[in-house]
Amino acid sequence: MAKLVTASRFADPDAAYVALVDARRNLSDAEAAALDTKLVLILANHIGDLDVLNEAIALAREPAGSSP
Amino acid sequence: MHKSVYRYEYRRSRDQDARSPVPHAVVVVGAGPVGLAAAVDLAQRGVRVVLLDDSDRIGEGSRGICWSKRTLEILDRLGVGERLVARGVTWKLGKVFCGDELLFAFDLLPEEGHKMPAFINLQQFHLEKALVDRTGEIENIDLRWKNRVAGLEQRNDGVRLTIETPEGAYRLDADWLIAADGARSTVRGLLGLGFSGVTFEDKFLIADVRMAADFPTERRFWFAPKFHAGQSALMHRQPDNVWRIDLQLGPDADPIAEQEPERVRARLAKVLAPHDFELEWVSVYTFNCRRLDRFVHDRVIFIGDAAHQVSPFGARGANSGIQDAENLAWKLAAMLAGEGGEALIASYDIERTQAADENIGHSTRSTDFMSPHSRAERGLRDAVLALAPKAEFARRMVNSGRLSLPSVYDSPLSTPDEAPFAGASKLGAPLPDAPMTRPDGTPAHLLENLRDGFELICVKADADGDGWRHVPDGIRRTVIGEDLFDRTRILTQRFDATPGAAYLVRPDQHLCARWRRFDAGKLAAAHARALGR
Repeated sequence: MAKLVTASRFADPDAAYVALVDARRNLSDAEAAALDTKLVLILANHIGDLDVLNEAIALAREPAGSSP
Repeated sequence: MHKSVYRYEYRRSRDQDARSPVPHAVVVVGAGPVGLAAAVDLAQRGVRVVLLDDSDRIGEGSRGICWSKRTLEILDRLGVGERLVARGVTWKLGKVFCGDELLFAFDLLPEEGHKMPAFINLQQFHLEKALVDRTGEIENIDLRWKNRVAGLEQRNDGVRLTIETPEGAYRLDADWLIAADGARSTVRGLLGLGFSGVTFEDKFLIADVRMAADFPTERRFWFAPKFHAGQSALMHRQPDNVWRIDLQLGPDADPIAEQEPERVRARLAKVLAPHDFELEWVSVYTFNCRRLDRFVHDRVIFIGDAAHQVSPFGARGANSGIQDAENLAWKLAAMLAGEGGEALIASYDIERTQAADENIGHSTRSTDFMSPHSRAERGLRDAVLALAPKAEFARRMVNSGRLSLPSVYDSPLSTPDEAPFAGASKLGAPLPDAPMTRPDGTPAHLLENLRDGFELICVKADADGDGWRHVPDGIRRTVIGEDLFDRTRILTQRFDATPGAAYLVRPDQHLCARWRRFDAGKLAAAHARALGR
């Protein structure tokens, strides 16, 4: 039973995207990668559900073009 | 390359023979879509306008092509809406692709009951021509071609202009000067005013081609299509088998070399194969998202691109300029008639800098998505595109331009609601349109019933609530259930209309007050407030 929510949850998705862009503005690739890794850990802990985390990992690892 | 050009003659004005500068109430500089809209709007309100333009023609290239519903509603009030819709290509669907895959489609007007469509595509020169024709159909507009502003002196209660013509210079005085002279505004330069904002480095190729093709009448946008690897592309249909193609070229493109016809043809052939096409117009551009800190500088008021600039993705340039013109026109007319207080002109600055910030915000976000500033930002963008086919949240973040919608003004001219109202209509927003029936049974729309002044829309009550039979001077009354009938119940739904409810509408069709029950005192107070008194 899927628990991962992929429907949009932000009232203003553009604003959420911009927050993520702004976070990495003027960062090198390595700095951005480190930022992303910390974000993953912070948000994974916030979710606090291993099933959801595993589903998210599976979605992120899906090759481009494959069906959901 | 074919160019549609309308030429106009320079004519000597009597002002050029006067011994001292001739005074005028309002002078508008720039006869583009925005200056023309301002002049026609003021003239329809009984204000005499001198409209100056440094050129003697319109139609150098297609330029702006997408005209939004709100702009069309304004143009309808200005007397040219129906002819433009008839001439243009009506559309409301957009599709966004990544590579060759369709990510999603969107419908900009999924509901019925509006006179005007979500958008029409029409070359800017057609709109300018219609408005120039309109200046000849109404009184009050003195349109002077080949009149170039060369000097400007701010005085106590107005502006003294020096104007160059083919027959030499002359001067005239204006109580109010409206600068609608575009992105490279001469007036802005003469006042030494700078912009705040961002310039983007990416260059874009814009090309109009004539071709017989049966592509759908939709806005189509591609991220990284095979025919234009690694960059974005946009395609729009225009009338007369003309198509607009907009290709991202990146920051390092050479703007001169990229405009060479052979090079343009080679790029377009990849996009349009197997269709044959003929080049109509080509330009390479970069863009800015920026605005003046203030739009009102004593008696000089900036509108349109002279005041603010955005990227073209979202059709927020000329559309917002025409909305500036409408916002200013009734306020200036009220000031000149002695009905408006000083706060009225200040409210133009408040309301339209809000709108400009909204437009610049959307435009900047779209541009950031299309042209990431660094590899780290591109990585995020590409991740969103990769997830978009699989996850709705990612599709919602894909940004190919958020298309122009009218602003909801957070305005000192509005009277706060006493009671809650549901429905699409919002305080500070333009009224939603609705299909109506006239007493003789013929169909009509709500907005086309509104004139150029303040309007009270009242919903007929079953018993009491006849107070609105005595509305004050300066407000026209429309009674739903007497003057117009809501057979479809769409107005009832969009306005959350209940028997006895009353809605005060500004001359620019924005809602400024509403009540569940009419009260003459409250109406008078709201009217005074909306006039900045």
